[in-house]
This record gives sequence, C-alpha cells and structure tokens, in this order.
Amino acid sequence: MKDTPLSNCERDFLLKAIEEKKRVDGRQTYDYRNIKITFGTDYGCCFVDLGKTRVMAQVSCELVTPKENRPNEGIMFFNIELSPMASPAFELGRQSELLVKLNRQLERCLRNSKCIDTESLCVVSGEKVWQIRVDVHMLNHDGNLMDAASVAAITALCHFRRPDVGIQGDEVTLYSVEERDPIPLSIYHMPICVSFAFFQQGTYLLVDPCEREERVMDGLLMIAMNKHREICSIQSSGGIMLLKEQVLRCSKIASVKVSEITELITKALENDKKARKEGGRCGFAESMPRERITALKMDETPVEMTDVMERANDIVQRGEAPVPSPVLPAPGMGQVGEGLQNTWGLEEEEEEDDDDEEEEEEEEEEKVTMMEEEPRGKEEINPFSSFSPCLRMYFLKLF
Amino acid sequence: MYSCFKDKIGEVLLPGDEFSFETDETISLTDTVKAEKVVCGPGLRRNGDQVLVCKSGVLRHKQPNMFWIDSQQRRYVPAKGESVIGIVTAKSGDVFKVDVGGSEQATLSYLAFEGATKRNRPNVQVGDLVFCQFIIANKDMEPELVCIDSAGRANGMGVFGAGGFLFRVSLGLVRRLLAPRSDIISDLEKLLPCELVVGMNGRVWVKAGSVQQTLVVANLLESCENMTAPQRQALFRRVAQGAL
Repeated sequence: MKDTPLSNCERDFLLKAIEEKKRVDGRQTYDYRNIKITFGTDYGCCFVDLGKTRVMAQVSCELVTPKENRPNEGIMFFNIELSPMASPAFELGRQSELLVKLNRQLERCLRNSKCIDTESLCVVSGEKVWQIRVDVHMLNHDGNLMDAASVAAITALCHFRRPDVGIQGDEVTLYSVEERDPIPLSIYHMPICVSFAFFQQGTYLLVDPCEREERVMDGLLMIAMNKHREICSIQSSGGIMLLKEQVLRCSKIASVKVSEITELITKALENDKKARKEGGRCGFAESMPRERITALKMDETPVEMTDVMERANDIVQRGEAPVPSPVLPAPGMGQVGEGLQNTWGLEEEEEEDDDDEEEEEEEEEEKVTMMEEEPRGKEEINPFSSFSPCLRMYFLKLF
Repeated sequence: MYSCFKDKIGEVLLPGDEFSFETDETISLTDTVKAEKVVCGPGLRRNGDQVLVCKSGVLRHKQPNMFWIDSQQRRYVPAKGESVIGIVTAKSGDVFKVDVGGSEQATLSYLAFEGATKRNRPNVQVGDLVFCQFIIANKDMEPELVCIDSAGRANGMGVFGAGGFLFRVSLGLVRRLLAPRSDIISDLEKLLPCELVVGMNGRVWVKAGSVQQTLVVANLLESCENMTAPQRQALFRRVAQGAL
C-alpha cells in the first residue's frame, strides 16, 4: 500500500516554518521528543517510545560453533524489521532501501564500536561460543527510526541476562535459569545514534526529525557516540555538502544529547532492577497506564451478616434427617447416596412434595449467602441441584 | 418502537446491541394506531424485525425521527455527496488521479471544473490540493470526484491557492466542526481570524496571518479531539492571553 503523498502546500509550509525556526509540534531546533523506555517480563525485551515512534528490541542467545578466523570470540547478530503496522509504506518481505540503511547503520554503531566484550562470550575455544541475536521491530513510524532503534538495541543488551555456564576440566554444564541466576553481558560502553536533518542545502538543521520533516529534508547526518564523547560512527546521506564547522557543531550537540539519553537509560535499568528485586510485577502489561473503562461496575450489595451462626444452627436443627441410603422407594427402583427424596413412581405424594418445595424456596434466598457454613448433606433444603454437592444416582424404572 | 430508541439516546452502544420491537399484546380498539417511521442513520442497520448497532458510539437523535450512532474513526470510506480535500497524485489522459485517504484513488475529470473546456484546461499540478465532492462512491467502482455542483457552478470547490497548512484529524471531530452551530468554530472565530477548509475525509486546511498563528490553530484543532467543552474554552482562553 502506498503512503499518502505529500502535497506541495504542506512541503512549502514546512520549509517556510523551518526557515522561521518553528517546528510543527512546537519543539525547538535542538529538542528531542519525549523518550520513554519500558521493559518486558523476559530479560532482554525492551520498548522505546520516541514521541509517537515506537520500537521493540528483543535479545536472545544460543550456543553455536564460532567462526573459523575468530575461534575465541562470540558472535553478534543484528536484525531490524520494518513491520507493516508501522507505516503503510512498509511492505512485508521486501528489501527496501531504508531497511538496508537501518541495518547497516545499526551494525556499524554496535558491532564496529566493540561495545560488547565478545571474548567473554566464548565457552570452549573453537567449539562453542554464545551467539547473541538482537531483533529490533518497528511498531510505529513517526520519524527518526534509527535513533529509537539504537536506544532500544543497547538498552535491551544491557538488560539481557544469559544462562550461566560451568566448566570443570573437560565437562561443560549449561545451567538453566532456575538452577543458577543468569549473568549479564559485559558491555564496555553504550553507543547511541543521534540524527540531524538538513534543509535548504544545509542551511538549516533539526535534531530528531518527525515523519513530515523527514519527507521534506535534503539530507540526514547520523552520529553514533557514547557518553565518553567518543564517536563510534558518522554517516551522511542525501548527498548534501556539509561544512567542517557544521559537522563539529553537530558532534557537540550530539554529545550533550547522548549524555542525557544515557542517563535516562541507566535510570530505567535501575528502576527495573529494583522492581524485580522487590518481587513486584514487572513487564510490559504493568507499565502500560491503566486507562480502562469499567463497563460493568456494580456496587457490592450489602449482605445481612448479623447473627449468622445462630440462624445457621437453627436451620440445621429444624431440618429433617437425611435420607438413609440405599433405599428402595418402589419396586424396580433404587436410590443410593444422599440427595433429594426420589419421587419417581410416587405420584400420590407429588402434591405434598410441591408444597414442601415452595416453603423451602422462600428459605432458600436467605440461605444462599450462608451456604458455606451449612454442613453438607442437607438435601431437603435445596430443590436446586447445583448447590448440592452430593452424589445422586437414580435407577431407571425397570419393567 | 420510538420509545425503545428514546431510552437510549445519549448512551454508549456497542456493535451487536439490538432494538427489537415487540408488539403489545393488547391492541386498543378505540385509539388510533399511528404508523411510526424511524430513519436509521450511519451505524444502525435493519435486520428483519430488529435494528442492530454496527458501530460503537453514542446514539444521537434529530427531530422528528432520525437516529444514528456517533462514532470515532480515522479511516475514511468514500460516500456520495461528501466534500473532501484531495491531493492530486497523477495526470493521465483526461483525468487527474486524486488521493482522498480511502482504499483507492479517485478520478477527477479535467472538464469537471467551472468554465473548463477542452481548450481551456484548469491549472492543476501534481501535488496540489483540491476541494471536491463525490458523484460516484460505492464499493464496486472506483470513486469519482467533481469540482462543480449540479448547476455547473464552482460553489467554493476547486484548486487551493498557495500557503496554508494541511493536517489530519479524526472523522468525529470533522463532523463536529461541520455541524450547523459548532461550538469549536465559534470559539475559534473569537480567537484568531483564519481561513479554514474542512474535508469530510478527516483533512483540514488552515491559513492564518503568520506561520506561528497557523501552527497555533492547527495544534488547537488537533487537541480539541478529546476535550470537553469547558476544558477547550479554558485552553482557548489561555492561548488568547498568552501567545498573541
């Protein structure tokens, strides 16, 4: 399905607004949208909201044979998927340019920067190493997918715990999650990607472009940095010419933003650790705000509970003795177990039974709330068989 | 029959709720029996003897006997006679292809403009906005648009001029804006002078004195979606004192 085309009117207006340093949602030129990080119940599952852009990252691990040229190092595998639910322009199964660009940038940002100690992922050199796989899914596209994806990926990697492995001589034991606590990955630093959008041949720049601004931009500069002010990767796309001062200015802005975002990530990880330690419920469902409309909300009906025990005992005493078992009411019929008095084949007594039942029904309403206190086997009280927990068996009339 | 509906006016109904009309058991021989006719609008569907609700929303009533369900949705389905804002995506042969936000692109003929002839073509480029209405819009055919009314006059329709800003809102808000004595519009008039075009496909075009004012109006309208009347008036008052 094709995306809605951008009209000339919108394009002109957006460019004019940018020239006047105004953004559609009211942000300043260097402002990021609200970032919200939530974690799922599994270790390694993380959702990141950047304004309306929503991204999910999931980390998983597996034991595999290492690459031949690197027998002591673990393997990292990154995968970004553009889900069709993110935007009508994304089609499932098609390798679009955007997808290739995002994948390549994430790999450069995380793999080439060596943020994860791959040697610690080695179990048996040359035979078994851990393969860590990071899957990032785009859930909603409102601009700046790369930043959201990089934050989600590094947060998920920090959150992830891999199963513990014990080595004794030649024996390698893989402990499950229940046997031994899983251990976190060893992460040296957290590279985060910051995107700058350029307009009018590089004259104006905006940080964190939203989807509309991305459509009218001339070029994009992505700088991946960590909080120690080390640049992990720079990529410029769109073919615009940038001056040296512009690139330096962008890197300064990026370092400020990255330190803010790193702080946010560490705080989120701490909150999650605290919540898990306290045993509180954590996870995606808990972190969603409770915006429910309780459609059917009835006030609790007050139940008359005064002198409940006396009334119950009273009723028990006034009740009739239970039917002895087994009993043969009529030839060819038998009754085993406690239950109602069998009335099959006893037509003469039917009318009397009806009267009894009517009386019992009136008493029944009062007794419904006190069912638990009554002793079992009070079969004559209830004409409603569902309340009676007794066994009843009726033999068919045999001719 | 009427009374069944009357009880539920203003209540939230869900798809699957039904109004079944049971005839009274005793028919009076002396009173005259009035034939009641009830007109079911969008969201209500007749199913034999019952009327079923097929959209979730609030039941509304208009005198004398019209009932419909007021629902909120963002996806537009073309319907005949509705005026919409479309974006021209292609020129092919004698027609323009226009995107209206539905599942298919609609066609708009060159000759469907006021004063257009085969020699005198309208000045419409790809990417322009047009305000037009549907003459054919059903699920079996490609929708068709025109920029003239039945008498051949433009009547406010046609290509948009330069400037202004286009944004999307939900269909429920659009209907509230287009209601005869809309509160939102009257509040907005007192706040800022601006030009406003509202398309029934959820697209709204705004043009005010400056870029800042246009953005203010656009953001106000987008936020009016989920606000009650007092909240909205408080917000408008704050904007009137603060920004301008």
